[in-house]
Amino acid sequence: MGKKRVSLFVTCMVDQLFPKVGLAMAEVLESLGYEVDFPEEQTCCGQPAFNSGYRGEARTVARHFLDTFEHAEAIVVPSGSCTAMVVHHFAELFTKEPDTLARVHALEKRVWEFSTFLTQVAEVEDVGARLDAVVTFHDGCHGLRELGVKDAPRRLLAHVRGLELREMLPAEECCGFGGTFAVKFAELSGAMAQTKIEAILRTGAQTVVSLDPSCLMQIQGVLARAGSSVRTMHLAEVLASR
Amino acid sequence: MSVEFDRKIHATLADTKLQLAIYASTARLKDGRLSSVAPQTLPDYQELRTQANALKKHALENLDYYLEEFERNVVAHGGKVVYCKDGTDVADFVLALAKERGARLIVKSKSMTTEEVDLNERLEHHGLESVETDLGEYILQLAHEKPYHIVAPALHKTRYDVAEIFTHSLHVPSETVPEKQTAIARAVLREKFLAADIGISGANFLVADAGAVVLIENEGNARLTTTAPRIHIAIAGIEKVIPRAQDLATFLKLLARSATGQLLSVYTSFLAGPKRAGEIDGPEEFYVVLLDNGRTKLLPDRSKRQSLYCIRCGACLNTCPVYRKIGGHSFPWVYSGPIGAIITPQFMGVSHEPGLPFASSLCGACAEVCPVKIDIPKVLLELRSDVKKSETREKQNRLEKVAFRVFAWVMTHPRWYELAGRVAAAMAPSEDGGWIRTVPGIMNFGPLKAWLSQRDLPPPPPKSFRELWRRR
Repeated sequence: MGKKRVSLFVTCMVDQLFPKVGLAMAEVLESLGYEVDFPEEQTCCGQPAFNSGYRGEARTVARHFLDTFEHAEAIVVPSGSCTAMVVHHFAELFTKEPDTLARVHALEKRVWEFSTFLTQVAEVEDVGARLDAVVTFHDGCHGLRELGVKDAPRRLLAHVRGLELREMLPAEECCGFGGTFAVKFAELSGAMAQTKIEAILRTGAQTVVSLDPSCLMQIQGVLARAGSSVRTMHLAEVLASR
Repeated sequence: MSVEFDRKIHATLADTKLQLAIYASTARLKDGRLSSVAPQTLPDYQELRTQANALKKHALENLDYYLEEFERNVVAHGGKVVYCKDGTDVADFVLALAKERGARLIVKSKSMTTEEVDLNERLEHHGLESVETDLGEYILQLAHEKPYHIVAPALHKTRYDVAEIFTHSLHVPSETVPEKQTAIARAVLREKFLAADIGISGANFLVADAGAVVLIENEGNARLTTTAPRIHIAIAGIEKVIPRAQDLATFLKLLARSATGQLLSVYTSFLAGPKRAGEIDGPEEFYVVLLDNGRTKLLPDRSKRQSLYCIRCGACLNTCPVYRKIGGHSFPWVYSGPIGAIITPQFMGVSHEPGLPFASSLCGACAEVCPVKIDIPKVLLELRSDVKKSETREKQNRLEKVAFRVFAWVMTHPRWYELAGRVAAAMAPSEDGGWIRTVPGIMNFGPLKAWLSQRDLPPPPPKSFRELWRRR
């Protein structure tokens, strides 16, 4: 039997701003015996346009995604939000194109948020990671509410040696990022982030972990502005730690 | 977004006392809901939501049928049904009736539908006295304010605020104990109930097979409003109709729990027709006003019409991180929070406040708590698209439109995408790998300026992922 194959969709944000997250994800997958490939044609899922009301533009980008990943066996994504865009919202874009819609439905079953892929497809909870840190976990809204990801990252974190997870209260409240919302309603977005930061700081954890680079960018941005020493890490980076 | 919307959001965020009042009150309601729908208390909560959604869907898809059935049954009980297109129609009907019957004083129980058409203002304009009898609504009427919240209209008022309002409007000594404040209002309102000619209520449900108006409340004022005066007028949106009395078994289990965390509200009243021969209580005349006011405009859209499923529990407001920051009065119409953000643009037109559907991080907390499972984020996204489509050449944000055209082109041309990314990275100020706090003045505009107004920006890495991947 040949090696199991996965394709990475690293998202535009990880590609351009947080490449280490993509590398960490690849490392973890390879350590589990997967052959990992990175289709170079990939760019973005189109969510910025979709969420801003530009459905025509979102459709164009979604079609590019379809073309790029059509033949991939399994696509793993380091973001709940981008995964949800593909598996929940692509279909809304092609209601009037039955052929494309059929391609979307065929594809969406093969697109996996990273932690869900590990626990459900690779069927692993202990990836052999070690990180001496007290961490708290932020549930990204789209992963949590559109994909139902809640336990998977926590089960993975529970097996990381040296790691202590302290839940923040409330863990499920939005960090205020929201894509273009963060700049269209900057002050409001900042106020929401403050509430999140207070919840994080109350735990005493030095590291905030999440599945979504966009939430982490918002959280780290506000922490940095406040001069806090608390840092953020993507789950993939935690799981790649040895 | 209008300047007004922006100003109100800013003012609310800057008011620390108000922030605390909103946060504390919504937290209480939110926690109440959570414990009353917990699996050990209500094991079939999710099934009830599914059922409530299906019932509302069915009722709206057969609205003509159920409205006619409702009307037939109301008439059979000796009541009358009046169809009104808008607020002017409602006011004209009430004014004409009041004139015919020589009525001067009206008592009102809480109703968002009457707030929606500014009924009090319209009646007072014609010399009638219309008194709100729900405590929160009464406080706000004295303060000349609109409801801050669908369920808890005076949620933003502390007891000290109430003391000031009472002292100023009722000329009573300052009283800050809530129970004593209630007694003050009660004494005033009892006299009004006894003297009123007409009682106006809203309706939580219109039951088609029973021809009945169902009202739920905690204070007993709705019962007095609907039974003490000789005329009762219930004013309801047409979407309030449900097929059968037995459907209440579903809705009543959900409504009070979702609203306040109560298993049932203190009073649940079933009102069908005026008092009958031999009965000593109840009005002599019973009217149900069925209001459109823009509702029928929603019916053709198979997705967005789910906005009409709403039973006005307010759960989405209490859980919404946006509502909890910007409060009720930042919203451009009487309906606030996530439900306000989806019905306002549909009732009033998307250009009424084009920024409204965008004032959301799309976190989805609203959809999660909605007892009738309205997919609010989905409707918000559809409305965002509607806003963009409806913008005229003069009103639209040309720069944004061009930016998204460029975005779509770049994202479908991977080589250009890579190049654009590297150019942007090269332009970013290097701060020895630390997060970026400021950028040169020439770059400090638009989204970048907005981002940096609140938080730092990640420094672009020396190499993108795809560059690193090629070198692996």
